[in-house]
Amino acid sequence: MAKITFDGIEVEVPDGTTILNAARQIGGSIVPPAMCYYTPLKGSGGKCRACLVRVAAGSAKDPRPMPKLVASCVTPVQDGMVVENTTNEQVLNVRKGIVEMLLINHPLDCPVCDQAGECDLQNFAFEHGVSTTRYQEERRTFEKIDIGPLIQLHMTRCILCYRCVYTADQIAKGDRVHGVLGRGDAAEIGTYIENIIDNDFSGNVIDVCPVGALTDKTFRFKSRVWFTKPVNAHRDCPKCSGNVVLWYKGKDVLRTTARKDQYGEVKEWICNECRFEKKETSDWQIEGPAHIDRSSVISANHYELPVLNQSVVADLPESTVRDLQQNPPLKLGN
Amino acid sequence: MGRKLLTEHINVEGIDTLEGYRKHGGYRSVEKALKTMTPDEVVEEVKKSGLRGRGGAGFPTGMKWSFLAKPEGVPRYLVCNADESEPGTFKDRQLMSKLPHLLIEGMITSSYALGANTSYIYIRGELLYVLRILEKAIAEAYAAGFLGKNILGSGYDLDLHVHPGGGAYICGEETALLESLEGKRGNPRNKPPFPAVQGLYARPTVVNNVESIAAVPVIVNEGGDEYAKIGIGRSTGTKLISACGHLNKPGIYEIELGLPVEEFIYSDEYCGGIWKGRDLKAVVAGGSSVPILPKELILKTAAGENRLMTYESLSDGGFVTGTMLGSGGFIAMDETTCIVRNTWNFSRFYHHESCGQCSPCREGTGWMEKVLHRLEHGHGHMEDIDLLVSVAKQIEGNTICPLGEAAAWPVAAAVRHFRHEFEWHVTHAKEAAQPGAVYRAGAVLV
Repeated sequence: MAKITFDGIEVEVPDGTTILNAARQIGGSIVPPAMCYYTPLKGSGGKCRACLVRVAAGSAKDPRPMPKLVASCVTPVQDGMVVENTTNEQVLNVRKGIVEMLLINHPLDCPVCDQAGECDLQNFAFEHGVSTTRYQEERRTFEKIDIGPLIQLHMTRCILCYRCVYTADQIAKGDRVHGVLGRGDAAEIGTYIENIIDNDFSGNVIDVCPVGALTDKTFRFKSRVWFTKPVNAHRDCPKCSGNVVLWYKGKDVLRTTARKDQYGEVKEWICNECRFEKKETSDWQIEGPAHIDRSSVISANHYELPVLNQSVVADLPESTVRDLQQNPPLKLGN
Repeated sequence: MGRKLLTEHINVEGIDTLEGYRKHGGYRSVEKALKTMTPDEVVEEVKKSGLRGRGGAGFPTGMKWSFLAKPEGVPRYLVCNADESEPGTFKDRQLMSKLPHLLIEGMITSSYALGANTSYIYIRGELLYVLRILEKAIAEAYAAGFLGKNILGSGYDLDLHVHPGGGAYICGEETALLESLEGKRGNPRNKPPFPAVQGLYARPTVVNNVESIAAVPVIVNEGGDEYAKIGIGRSTGTKLISACGHLNKPGIYEIELGLPVEEFIYSDEYCGGIWKGRDLKAVVAGGSSVPILPKELILKTAAGENRLMTYESLSDGGFVTGTMLGSGGFIAMDETTCIVRNTWNFSRFYHHESCGQCSPCREGTGWMEKVLHRLEHGHGHMEDIDLLVSVAKQIEGNTICPLGEAAAWPVAAAVRHFRHEFEWHVTHAKEAAQPGAVYRAGAVLV
C-alpha cells in the first residue's frame, strides 16, 4: 500500500495504482480530467496531457519534486508522494493551454454534432478552457471516409486519443486492422477501421470515443441527447451481458449504449445486436431510470425523484437502487 | 592541435576493412576487456572517464549503464542509436561509414560490460549505404571471431544486428526507437518505466549514441582516468562537431572539449572563419533543437567570459543567455541570414516530424509553423510575436517526449534574441516578404 497526499487530502491505495486512480478514490472536483485514458483499455493514456499534475514530492524516500508535470493517468504512485492538481496555478494554466491546443483544429460544430451534451471535450473546455481563441489559421480537414452503415466517422472532430484503436485491438480481437496512419497533425484513424465493422463488438468504439468522431449512424440527427431519457435495461443476449442503457424520446428507443460509470467509462461491453438492432421496448426488460453522473446537461433535472421518494425506490430493481445510492444525483454545477 | 581519439586514422586507406583496422590497433579493447577485465570493471572505467552521452542530452554514460536493471535469467539489450536525423548534425554518418569497425568494437566491449548477448544498431533508414558498410564489417567481425559464440575463447557470446528505420526523426527518441525496433509504429512511450528497467521487448535496455559507444574502446584501452584528463571539468574527452552553414571550412571536426568557440569558428585549424569575409550573425551550437544565440552571446557569456565548447560553458546563463552543446551540430549563420525565415524552416521540420501522439506537440508545432509562415511572408501582426512565445511555452515540458521542447526552444530563443527582426517583418511586411530579404540594422539587404 502507498499513502499519497493529493491536493492536501491523504489517500491510501495499492502499490502500482496510478495517480489518477488514486484521485478517483477521493472523488469529486479534484479528479483530473482524462480525455484519452480509459481504465478498461490496456495501454491507454498519456496522450492528451489533460490530466497533467505536479508532483511536489516524489516519494517518502526521495522527496524531491518531479522536474516536469506528469501525466497522472500513467504515472504510478509512490509511498509519500505529494501531488498538486487544483491547488497548483501552473497545472491549471497548462490545462488551459491543452484545451486551446485540442480546440484549434476542432471544427466546433457542436450545434450539429450528435455527441454534444455528452462530449468529454465540451465538458473539458467548459470547465478548464477560455472562451476565445487566438487561432486564425485554417482548420485541418480530412477526406471523408465511409466506414459502413452503423458507425459514422468524422475525422475532423478526432482528438487522437487512440481509444478506438485499443478497443479494436483488445475487444475485437484478431481483427486488428485499424490504427493511426500518418504523422503529426496529419495523423488520422486508419481507413481500415471499416474492416472491424464486421466484428460483433465494433459498436463499442462509439462508446469509447470522447468526442463526436465516432457516432451511431442509427441515431444520427434524431435528437439532441439531452432531450432523450436514459433508462437501464437488459435482455438475455448470447453474445454479451445484455446490460445497456436505452435512450428514450417519448415511447421510442432512439439509441442504445453500454452502461458507463461516473467517469464515462464503459462497465460492460455490449454487442452490435443489442446496440443497433434491438430498438423496441418489447426487446428489453426495463430496470428503471439510469443516472448519468457527469457534469453533462443530461443529468440536469432528470430523475432526482426516485431517490427522494422512498415509495418509488421500493418499486425499483435492487441493482438500480444500489446504483443510485452509490452515485447520488448531482445537479449541474454542484 | 587537439588529440584525436576517434578519428585519428579515419582517412587511412583500407581502415574500413578488418585487416586495415587491426593494423592500427583495432579490437585491442575487446581483447583487453574480455580477457583481463570483468564487466563491472569496464563499467567502472567508463564511469571514471566522465564520458557523457553524445546524442544531445549529455547524460553520463557510466551512470546510465549502472542504472540498468539486472534481474536473474532475463536477457538485457544494448541498442545503438544511429538514427541521426537532427538538422545540422551529421557526425555519426561519417564515423560509421569510414570507421565501421570502431562502432562494432565499441558495441562488443559495451555489450560485454552490460552483459547483453544480443545488441542492435538502429540506423536511420536513409543511410542505406552505411547500413551496407556496417553489415559487411559485421560479417568480417563474425568471420574473425569477434562476434558470435565464445568470442576470443572467453565464453562470452554476442550477436549484433543492424536494423534500418523508416526515416522518421521521432525514432531517434529512445523509446520511439525501441517501439520501431519491435516492429511497431514509432511512438515514444510514457516514462516511467524507463528503458533501463523495461526497454526493448520489455527487457532492461541501454540506448546509447554512436559516438558514445565509439568512445568506449578508447576508454578501455587508455583507462578512464587518462580519458578524463582531456577536457574541462565535467566535460571530458573529445567530441565530434559537425560544422555547417556559412563557414569557410565546414565539416566534421574532432575537438577536445574546452576549445573556445571563437577559436573553433575563426582559426584555420578548424572552420577558418565566416565565408566571403562576412560577419557572423548567429550560431545554433548543437543541432537545430537547441536555442539559437547571437554572435555576442556565442563568443562570450553574459558575464563576459570566453564561451568554450563544453556542456557547462555553452549552457551558462540557462536559456536566457545560453544554449546547449546538444549533439554537436554547429550551424553558423552570416549576416545575410534571415532569422525569421530560418526559424520558420526549423519549425516546419518539427511540424512535419511530430508523431502526433500527444496534443500539445501535434497541434502546437503546426500552429507555430503557420504563424511563422505568416510573419515571413508579410502577413503577420505584432501580437503574433508574443503568441509564438506563448505557444512555445504551452508545448515545452508538457509532452511525452523531448520533441516538444526541441520544437519550442528554437522558436522561443529566436524571438528572445532577435525580436527586432520579427518586429521588422511586421512593420516592413512588403519588403520582408521579398525573397531573400534580410533585416540588417534597419536596412534591407536583398
